[in-house]
Amino acid sequence: MRKRALFGIATRSILRNKLRTLLTMLGIVIGVAAVIVMVALGQGAQASIEAQIKGLGTNMLMIMAGSTSQGGVSQGAATFNRLTIPDAEKLARESTLLAAVSPVIFSRGQLIGGIGNWRTLIMGVSASYQTIRDWPVGSGSFFTEADQRSVRRVVVLGSTVAQALYPDADPIGQQVQLRDVPFTIIGVLTPKGQTAGGNDQDDAVLIPYTTAQAHLAGHSRIGQIIASTYSPGDIPAAQEEIRAIMRESHKLAPGDDDDFTIRNQDDIAQAASGTTRVMSMLLAAIASISLVVGGIGIMNIMLVSVTERTREIGIRMAIGARSGDVLAQFLVESVVISVAGGLIGIVLGYAAGVVLAKATGWTVATPLDAALIAVLFSAAVGVFFGFYPARKAAALDPIQALRYE
Amino acid sequence: MKPAPPVIRLEGVTRVYSTGENAVHALAGIDLVIESGEMVAIMGASGSGKSTMMNILGCLDSPTEGRYELDGVAVTGLSRNELADLRSRKLGFVFQGFNLLARTSALENVELPLLYDRSGRFAGKESPARAALRRVGLGERMHHVPSELSGGQQQRVAIARALVTSPSLILADEPTGNLDSHTSIEIMALFQELNAQGITIVLVTHELDIARHAHRIVEMRDGRIVHDAPVSARRIATPASHTENAA
Repeated sequence: MRKRALFGIATRSILRNKLRTLLTMLGIVIGVAAVIVMVALGQGAQASIEAQIKGLGTNMLMIMAGSTSQGGVSQGAATFNRLTIPDAEKLARESTLLAAVSPVIFSRGQLIGGIGNWRTLIMGVSASYQTIRDWPVGSGSFFTEADQRSVRRVVVLGSTVAQALYPDADPIGQQVQLRDVPFTIIGVLTPKGQTAGGNDQDDAVLIPYTTAQAHLAGHSRIGQIIASTYSPGDIPAAQEEIRAIMRESHKLAPGDDDDFTIRNQDDIAQAASGTTRVMSMLLAAIASISLVVGGIGIMNIMLVSVTERTREIGIRMAIGARSGDVLAQFLVESVVISVAGGLIGIVLGYAAGVVLAKATGWTVATPLDAALIAVLFSAAVGVFFGFYPARKAAALDPIQALRYE
Repeated sequence: MKPAPPVIRLEGVTRVYSTGENAVHALAGIDLVIESGEMVAIMGASGSGKSTMMNILGCLDSPTEGRYELDGVAVTGLSRNELADLRSRKLGFVFQGFNLLARTSALENVELPLLYDRSGRFAGKESPARAALRRVGLGERMHHVPSELSGGQQQRVAIARALVTSPSLILADEPTGNLDSHTSIEIMALFQELNAQGITIVLVTHELDIARHAHRIVEMRDGRIVHDAPVSARRIATPASHTENAA
């Protein structure tokens, strides 16, 4: 039988029962729309997290104290705070693959100046920090290696801090008190936004780590060392190199576990987006259950349809239809219903995604691959749930079928 | 030139239905030859085996024993698909209840057998369905659905559907059973007209009045042919009554 005729028969008999077809389709429509919305939301969330992680810097590596596993037992990072300035200096000196290395000394403190005071995060870093983090200054300038060597009391403000203390004035050149030590503001960083965890990265000030050691007492131990490679391809090799240098610096025997952890952006991104991914997969899985329910709806209606049209099947067989023709006719009918439902579902799903994005301000991705999968899946649902009724129709005895009232 | 084979040749055909312990001999040894161009009526009371005969002649059922040749093709032992193809190629059915597809136009109903044609002999031909509808006098009503047509017109659509593939044989099962006597005569006139054009027709009926429109009457009882003779005074349906009902 000609294929076009087959589609003709199927669509005609579908259109003959418009309301019923529509209601049957509804299951698939809702199922596909739900899957699309869920995947769109999930991918949107993941995309925004990944964008934030990228915002950490380029080709960045992060070295933290403590091992994630010691003697097979996970201790969590930062169990032992054993990173030192010499570690950072040794890395900067000996590594061949690292473009820049900066220790990060964290402390919190009160900043007095401008129109009042502000408690914020103080980070002692090296002059190359802004390159590693890809975080340029918006006005003024960053401190230099010379500032660092001379232990100058210069500070670069995060944009939140600048806003808080100097809402109307230019802070560059102003004096502030940082833990009662006077500093000169030499620059204001461009806004970086929130981290994946919701922390305001701009609520911080940067000073040379040498100055932090000298003036913000008792902070020779450092929270982390960050570094960047020349190119993304160097990251795996650089990780090995850092590991070797750090083990030497910490005088670890060959059998000892690392007492530090090296993470690259991918690790961080994976950790951060892992939860979201699991969450969105869960949502999509729940949504796809409604697809299966929709498929059962199709099967139900197709079974009713086969019974109802027993006589029609008998007629078709009497005038020369093979069993295969009858099977194909009903199969095509259920596939046409489910694919049409799938297409409507995609349109609805995208529309819902757009509305949701407008209403909530969330990032909503437009997952083309999900749309494709949804269509294929709904076609598969049509074949799967249409097969049993279609086979039932094809197996009818023409004599019995013709006599059916 | 070799003479054309008979359209139907049955030799010792039996059909036994086994229902549990009892075996019902619906056909108990039938020998029958119907030549091309004949118009034959098969008569019998209910239970005489004429429906079983019809099913076997129509390739819807296979004989338990015996040999059936349709237009020179041995039917015995064919698969379901081969039987379907044979029906598509060589047979046209006309049923008592018309058996048209509801909510489907007359034209689409008549086109139906063409969908299942695998021989490709209608490919590219100018609408055999329209020609068939014109042949039964429904050229003006091609796009009407069955519910908009009278019983006689519906049966004409069914006859057009049987005609459309130019079959070797048209099988009509009580074609006038659902029609009033006036319309019945119209339909018989149409059958006689088609037969006069060379189409072989076998009709099953239990009404002698209808059967007498044929050339030959085969009478069945208890699964056997008890009488097989030409019609002495053949009724000719008056062409005057061969008009469409004013719907």
